[in-house]
Amino acid sequence: MEKFTTHTGLVVPLDIANVDTDQIIPKQFLQKTERVGFGIHLFHDSRYLDHSGKEPNPEFVLNKPEYKGTSILLARENFGCGSSREHAPWALEEFGFKIVIAPSFADIFYGNCINIGLLPIKLSEDEIDQLFAQAQGAKLNLTVDLANNNVSFINESGAKVSFSFELGKFHKYCLEEGVDSVGWTLNKLETIEAFESKMPSWQ
Amino acid sequence: MTTSTAPQTLYEKLWQTHLVEEKAGETPLLYVDRHLIHEVTSPQAFANLRFHNRPVRHPERTIATMDHNISTRSIKIDAAGEGAANQLRALEKNCKDFGIELFGMGHKNQGIAHVMGPELGLTLPGTIIVCGDSHTATHGAFGALAFGIGTSEVEHVFATQTLRQTKAKTMKVEVKGNVGKGISAKDIILAIIGKTGSAGATGYVVEYCGEAIEALSMEERMTVCNMSIEFGAKAGLVAPDQTTFDYVEGREYAPKGDIWQQAVNDWKQLKSDDNAIFDSIITLEAKDIKAQVTWGTNPGQVTSIDGIVPSPDDFNDPTEKESCVNALAYMDLIAGTKITDISVNKVFIGSCTNSRIEDLRAAASVVKDYTAKGQSVQSSIDAIVVPGSYRVKAQAENEGLDKVFSDAGFEWRLPGCSMCLGMNDDVLEEGDRCASTSNRNFEGRQGRGSRTHLVSPEMAAAAAIAGHFVDLNK
Repeated sequence: MEKFTTHTGLVVPLDIANVDTDQIIPKQFLQKTERVGFGIHLFHDSRYLDHSGKEPNPEFVLNKPEYKGTSILLARENFGCGSSREHAPWALEEFGFKIVIAPSFADIFYGNCINIGLLPIKLSEDEIDQLFAQAQGAKLNLTVDLANNNVSFINESGAKVSFSFELGKFHKYCLEEGVDSVGWTLNKLETIEAFESKMPSWQ
Repeated sequence: MTTSTAPQTLYEKLWQTHLVEEKAGETPLLYVDRHLIHEVTSPQAFANLRFHNRPVRHPERTIATMDHNISTRSIKIDAAGEGAANQLRALEKNCKDFGIELFGMGHKNQGIAHVMGPELGLTLPGTIIVCGDSHTATHGAFGALAFGIGTSEVEHVFATQTLRQTKAKTMKVEVKGNVGKGISAKDIILAIIGKTGSAGATGYVVEYCGEAIEALSMEERMTVCNMSIEFGAKAGLVAPDQTTFDYVEGREYAPKGDIWQQAVNDWKQLKSDDNAIFDSIITLEAKDIKAQVTWGTNPGQVTSIDGIVPSPDDFNDPTEKESCVNALAYMDLIAGTKITDISVNKVFIGSCTNSRIEDLRAAASVVKDYTAKGQSVQSSIDAIVVPGSYRVKAQAENEGLDKVFSDAGFEWRLPGCSMCLGMNDDVLEEGDRCASTSNRNFEGRQGRGSRTHLVSPEMAAAAAIAGHFVDLNK
């Protein structure tokens, strides 16, 4: 996993609540045994007018030229609900997103993002509204500083606006250091074996 | 079992007995007793094991099945298309290489992971069970902490038999009193989701309790716990009791003899203490619950069979209002339409929510009432029945249920996840409207541009024959 420090990127506003992982990556694209090839199908049903994905839907926000090159997805509440498919964060990452910002995330999706190094940031409804207002008007370039747990941008009057966010200590450490979480736990095999030796026989 | 003087919830007890390590600055490490895998969310996890040259630490704690993208018309691996066949063959090879038991195509134990686990006695009270599938919550019906995980976590469990988890908040959902005649477990859980909204339990583990829950059979409890994810919960739980022990005893993988006795003694401690504190409590009166039908595009958009399609004006919250506008447009429904006036052209009876023997018996019983009156599935409707496992299929065929369905014009299929998510060829066409016993009515879930109404098996069976939703109590 790549190390995450700071990132500045263009924000694309996806103004829909309860976006589920079926919308993020529909089931017909899950039939792969590799970890790649999902980005092209991200938000397929909204992004393309046809089944085969050849005709982009000009109305869909990701297809609008002003958001080309985006790396920060701004979303509404309960983002990533539904199926546990990690293919959803894989698709977002492969498309080019480094960060997803929303007022709330579904639990499994949130964990999946952390595990692949895609940073999920929770902000208050009010802060999210402010970001939507900015991103839907002029271009919003946002800077995410993981070490200091904040996001910031320069508003139209030239002032710096900054919001802080919370992230679990270990989650932050894993993202900052690009920790191989399996390897980390394998260093604790003795502790795990000690636990196993005390388990009841039916377990 | 660890004992503690402070009153604990069932979730806290399960947490405590599985806590391998809790260290400052690290996410707590929990032990995983049972890992269920399938073809769709495991291949990349196996690939990473190979890349790092790591073994599966306890292959005997993992069981594999083929369920998500298999054909329901043929037991041939190639019948579900090239992509599916690649995943199924990869699962065969991975299980062989890493020493994992696999219930492959046509095996007598094959089935949807969340149907197969319980019926084989792989699902035990007091355990932690995970699977790369959000409906793993089903197993919570046994008082097991069971939840869906992503593929990175599948890899973590393979290599370490543990997972890092942040402790969830606790919610008690109490359903007081007894449900009325003809009200199913599906109606209970849909009514709960209708009350809380589809994200009402995000960040929580939910414990279902109350007279109406205690009265449910194990299969009904599974239906309730199955849809915990549909209101955002990480997991759902029902405290194990005699109903649970009676169900588990004697099953193939369940403990036997002295170990069984020891297990039951331990399991009897698995309930929330009287004074345990929950972070949130929701109460429903069972007598108020009517048969449920979803009208929208998330499971919280649900109403009673005697209700009407709501109007955006019925919602105060701006997000709910807008979701209603979008849902009505997608579902092609007009506010004020009676639910019983909604016609369907497809019917799906199946999925990890409602494909067990009791579900099939309930649906068949409704079908028999209609056929006694000379009625069968409307010619304009395609209706399929997909049993949850080969064991369910065999049992249903022993009881002649397959014939009840086929004679009435339903197609009797082979087990699998099928049209719940449409990864195989059981997909709805654009504009189709389906009465479905599955768990998600998301846009495009059963096929791009298709419309899903979530209902009980009884309601789905009646809709196939009447052509529209029916209040079976009238």
